This record gives sequence, structure tokens and C-alpha cells, in this order.
Amino acid sequence: MASTAHAHPNYIKIFIILSVLTAVEIGVTFLGLPRPLLVALLVGLAVWKAALVALHFMHLKIEKTTLTIVAVIPFILCVFLSLMLLPDIYPR
Amino acid sequence: MSEAVAVHGAVEPAETPLTPESWGKLGMWLFLAGDAMSFGGLIVAYGALRYHSKSWPVPAEVLGINLTALMTFLLIVSSVTMVLGLAALQDGDKPRFKKFMGLTILGGAIFLGLQAYEWTHLIGHTLPHYKLDFSTDLFATTFFVLTGFHGMHVSGGVIYNICVLAAVSRGRYQAKHVEIAGLYWHFVDLVWILIFTFVYLL
Repeated sequence: MASTAHAHPNYIKIFIILSVLTAVEIGVTFLGLPRPLLVALLVGLAVWKAALVALHFMHLKIEKTTLTIVAVIPFILCVFLSLMLLPDIYPR
Repeated sequence: MSEAVAVHGAVEPAETPLTPESWGKLGMWLFLAGDAMSFGGLIVAYGALRYHSKSWPVPAEVLGINLTALMTFLLIVSSVTMVLGLAALQDGDKPRFKKFMGLTILGGAIFLGLQAYEWTHLIGHTLPHYKLDFSTDLFATTFFVLTGFHGMHVSGGVIYNICVLAAVSRGRYQAKHVEIAGLYWHFVDLVWILIFTFVYLL
């Protein structure tokens, strides 16, 4: 267990970015943007924030590739699930 | 376990995909992957039902954003205190770790308190002609299932973190155990980020 002089990621920087992105998310809901643009923006911001948490707080950026593969699989499957439901949803 | 660590220390494989230290993390990641699909299923179901419904309330009007924005911020802060605690323990600074871990637990507990406040508020009185309880409509049902499932995860996380803090204090857990607990806690934060967007903002 020789873990002296650990180089830690700059967590405070990530925290500030996450806070700013949260403020931006709430801000864009008041802009009165067209619905598709708003949905795209909010989903994009949410995925960005989630990626920041996974990469920096959960250390995927400096972690073994195997763990990243494990983490990405459910994300792909959930996108796949949404796409499979589209034919059911689209015609209303 | 100490045997495995000793073997690793002696051999130090440079390019193997996983070292023995990673096994605990791998286990947690596999659990989280399964858990992520549970949440994914619920969120996708929410979206599909919403798109199919003739009428769906505007969530921001029914739920209000201010309190939830505060809850989101609170979970992000508790994630930061968790990583700062882990960093302190990796540097061998146990008192600093205890301080930050205590703050993490406090953040989770306040989150749960706010959610309990939100729920009782919603069930009691929402809007003049719209009362939100579990069986009001599809929105209400999916809302309570999603936030409830997440709230259960936060409760579990707070208990888990208390146990980890106690075990580190008694010298039974080291930084690697805290890192695994951190994975769970950050996952709960990550899911809330998505729920905040999909259920409250959209």
C-alpha cells in the first residue's frame, strides 16, 4: 500500500463546471425555445454532466479500460431500448 | 485479499487489463451497470408513456424547480465531499477524511429530508385543480416510482457511507474500500442528474 504523494484530479474545477452546467440547464428552460431544440439542449447538457461525474469522480478517465466498457454497455442498451420503442410511439 | 495484494506488489503487471485491486471496483461497476439498466428502463418507460398520452401536465408547473435545483446542487456537493474525503484518506489524513465523509452523509440525509418534504407537499396540495398522489395519472405514478426508486438508493447510500465511515474509524477499511463506496454514491448522483432533466425540466 505505497500510495504516498497521490496526484489527485482537480475536483473543485469539476464541481464548478457541474454547478455552472446546472445553472445553464435551469436558465434555458426560461428562454422559450422551440420544444425540439430545448429537448436536444437539455439532454445534451445532462449527458455532459453525467459524463463529467463518471470520468472524474468515478475515475473512469484514469481507470482500466475494462471498467469503462462495463460502464458504457448499459448506456448503449438504454439508447437501444429507446430506439426499439420508437416504432410503437411514433404513429401515436 | 492481503495475499493477492502481496502477489500484485511482487509482480506488478504493467499491461494487464485488471489488477487484483480492481476486482472490488469491477464488482461494484457490474452491479451499477445492472442498476443503471433498471433506471434506464424506468426513464424510457416514462418517456414512452408521456409521448403516448393525450394530456400530460407540465412537470415544472406541477412540481416546481427551485427546491429540486437545490437538491441537485446538494447531491453534486456531496459527491465532491466524497472524492475530497477519498483523496484525504489516500494521503493518509484520516481526520480530514472523517470530516468530508461526515459532510457527505449529512448531504445525503438533507437530500432525503427535502424529498420527504417535497412528497408530502405534492400529495397534500399541488395545484388548485390538480392533486398529485400515486394514482392521479400516469405522470404521478411514473414520477413517484422514479423518484422513489432513486430515493431508496440514496437511503441505501447514506447507510452504506455511515458503515464505511465507522469501518475506517476502527481501522478495518482502507482507501480502496472508500473508493468502491464512492462509486455507488457518485452513481446515485449521476442518476439524479438524469432524473432532474427528464422528469423535472423537460
